[in-house]
Amino acid sequence: MGVLIKNGRVIDPSQSLDMVSDIYIQEDRVREISKRIDTPRKADTVIDASGQVVAPGLVDIHVHLREPGYEHKETIKTGCLAAAAGGFTSIVCMPNTNPINDNASVTEYILLKARTEGIVNVFPIGAITKGEKGDELAEIGEMCEAGCVAISDDGMPVTDSGLMRKAMEYVRPFGIPVITHAEDTGLSAGGVMNEGFVSTELGLRGIPAASEEVGVVRDIILCELTGTPLHICHVSTKGSVRLVREAKKRGVKVTAEATPHHFTLTDKLVYGYNTDAKMNPPLRTQEDVDAILEGIADGTIDVIATDHAPHSQDEKNVEFDLAPFGIVGLETALSLSLELVEKGIITLDEMIKKLTVAPSEIVGIERGTLVPGSIADLVVFDPGMSRTVKAGGFFSKSRNTPFSGWELKGVVSNTIVSGKVVFSRN
Amino acid sequence: MAIKKKIQPIEDGAESFFSGIIDDIPPERLSSLIVIGIKTRGEYLGKRLVERISERTGKDVTFGTIDITLYRDDFENRKNWPRLRRTSIPDDVQGKNIILVDDVLYTGRTVRAAINSIMDYGRPASVKLAVLVDRGGRELPVQPDYAGISIETLDNEMVNVYLEEVDGREEIEIIKEDGV
Amino acid sequence: MAFSKKHILGLGELSAEEIKIILDTAESMKEISTRDVKKVPTLKGRTIVNLFFEPSTRTRSSFEIAEKRLSADVLSFSASQSSIVKGESLLDTARNFEAMGASIMVIRHGMSGAPFVLARQISASVINAGDGSHEHPSQALIDIFTIREKKGRIEGLDVLIVGDILNSRVARSNIFGLRKLGARVRIVGPATIVPEYFRDMGAEIFYSLEHALENVDVVIMLRVQSERKTLEYFPSLREYSGLYGLTREKLRLAKEDVIVMHPGPINRGVELTSEIADDPGAVILEQVANGIAVRMAMIYLVALGESL
Repeated sequence: MGVLIKNGRVIDPSQSLDMVSDIYIQEDRVREISKRIDTPRKADTVIDASGQVVAPGLVDIHVHLREPGYEHKETIKTGCLAAAAGGFTSIVCMPNTNPINDNASVTEYILLKARTEGIVNVFPIGAITKGEKGDELAEIGEMCEAGCVAISDDGMPVTDSGLMRKAMEYVRPFGIPVITHAEDTGLSAGGVMNEGFVSTELGLRGIPAASEEVGVVRDIILCELTGTPLHICHVSTKGSVRLVREAKKRGVKVTAEATPHHFTLTDKLVYGYNTDAKMNPPLRTQEDVDAILEGIADGTIDVIATDHAPHSQDEKNVEFDLAPFGIVGLETALSLSLELVEKGIITLDEMIKKLTVAPSEIVGIERGTLVPGSIADLVVFDPGMSRTVKAGGFFSKSRNTPFSGWELKGVVSNTIVSGKVVFSRN
Repeated sequence: MAIKKKIQPIEDGAESFFSGIIDDIPPERLSSLIVIGIKTRGEYLGKRLVERISERTGKDVTFGTIDITLYRDDFENRKNWPRLRRTSIPDDVQGKNIILVDDVLYTGRTVRAAINSIMDYGRPASVKLAVLVDRGGRELPVQPDYAGISIETLDNEMVNVYLEEVDGREEIEIIKEDGV
Repeated sequence: MAFSKKHILGLGELSAEEIKIILDTAESMKEISTRDVKKVPTLKGRTIVNLFFEPSTRTRSSFEIAEKRLSADVLSFSASQSSIVKGESLLDTARNFEAMGASIMVIRHGMSGAPFVLARQISASVINAGDGSHEHPSQALIDIFTIREKKGRIEGLDVLIVGDILNSRVARSNIFGLRKLGARVRIVGPATIVPEYFRDMGAEIFYSLEHALENVDVVIMLRVQSERKTLEYFPSLREYSGLYGLTREKLRLAKEDVIVMHPGPINRGVELTSEIADDPGAVILEQVANGIAVRMAMIYLVALGESL
């Protein structure tokens, strides 16, 4: 059994590879990459990737799968389908399900479901505190053993700095990072969008940039104190980019991600009370977007992650204050990232790095590479082909995207997980 | 679509129209008379009538204007309704004799609206209707008490009156739209 | 130019010309309230629903009278008796009334943007009767109408708005409307509720009431809305009224013919003293009377644009 991908431009930042070659996959492993691999090999599947890019399968370390508990928004099955359609072969899912993934039995449930129904790899993140309530530590050790690759109270930041310090210290020996949604909830209380001119005009309560930056500062300082690797989710402000850049310069073990929506959109999109422009952290100003782009270019931002947060139409179709935060992102992330290449912010190689090997390293998973012998997770995409985003056609159960109707470049033709083609578009 | 125009002058500035009306008013009624012009051109004709009355009798007659838009019966056609203007009837109409003035009488619907409107101000003793042009084509049982000119027209014709005060000319224009 | 808006959601999205059409139409409407029969048949057979998700006797009564003077069938729904308690969504509530034949919906809601949810998804026309801290277009149009009536113009006037600008929908609507019609707008209040961002909306910011009052033509006092948690922004009502309460003495700093407005209900002794509230220079009750005419104009114009 084997898959032969011919004539693609193979880009694998993990081995500084960028050339037109053939790849042969045998069973679940990458066997060979070379200029020309001739048939007859025992390939049951031959993919002609002429004019397309062949890269390690994309890795998204910030996904909300909603199962268990919120299956009307997304299930592990539909989330995995959306991932595969977007070129992602590994997704790392946040613990804010119902019940919260704060103990090994929930972790095991998610992994079992993913094995039986999911078509891509699912790596769970455990909660920092029981029920993400910020009161007492969750059973981090057991969750780690069960397969959690990081801990986070995403969306419900740990407000007690003492407890956050204990969590970071406690988790260190387990070798997994702490992922923080940095936010000082005292500063953001009641806020529903970026605090600024637009929120002032719309009469909506603002979330100041300071609320994120105060959170970032605290967690960077705790990272220095404890020595535990810290990953900062969805950086959205100019100040946060500066703080991460400075911390990295000092040698602090901090990494950071940016989402496609934060590097593409501004808070102006909220005009008309568009609930598909409501997320936390909120869309900021052009100045912030520019700073994030700079951070992406100079490496301050290590990773592109989606914060894929599905919500049903009924939940979003309400008063702005009542609508839940979040948008789906798995099926638009690659195209929006390609815009960065188009605009000359980063090279295609750097872009792929931020979507493959960089996130894999942060959560310590052996993915994001095509080194022969490694697990054969790949994506084949045409970076130049245009398409119109149609939320109605998403594989995700939810349609809450502000990008519907956008004309974007980049079409995934094949997604391969462990040597098997799990998604292909003709 | 071809448009055919026929223009005829308003002879002697409608003076004979006005004097016909004034001749008909019993002098004792002048004190209880209110002239009400229907906006837009009825307002100017009404004003002229009040001036003529004053010239001939030396009496100042109360003058008011009404905008009948809010009383129209063609809500479905509201896209073409004109901008709303102010109705102004300075005196109590209760027990008064009213002469309602308009430029053209056609279907009678405007007059119906005007009468309804006046009734909302009180119960006049009488309402008479004076129109400069009666073009026929009535859809309601409304007849003028005074008509300056009567013109035979068809349904696909439009009759416009132009007055010095608003239009800078004094003319009656009959437009016929062919091939509609 | 004709008025061609299907909804009136805020002055932020009306042009100067459209605002003027509303004001001119309101002038014509005002005359109706002086008649023997204070009613015209214009909207006979049309149903208007007033959806009040926030208690407001004044605004609701004013809209109801306006609607009835235009002969519409009127149905008012308020949150206390509502299905919100049963968890029905705003949209479902509105769709219900739409199914009953409502062609215009007037909505008052505690959350900014709620009327937009309806305007986007139902076919009836929507009039915003106040949404959260966003806009209160009818109140601002009344203020502007009253100012125009008193001063004969809006352009070139200096108008001061005093109080909780941050949380005030009246302030936002007035700033939008007054700026569009060419007035200069000053705002004053404690720094916590007079955010800098209002500068970008074209308002001049003051923190001292005395400085702000110098030579103004109009003072609009905002209500201290304790129900909207204004109180978390300053230490006490006592301190607030000492600093920002309007007294006759302070008012002397304004132009001699200054007019004082208040959207009501007044907290006497907090925002302004009784001597000012009852002063002939105060036009507070005229604002109430003008309210009916302005709201008639809004309803009438929206009804004309309804199916457009």
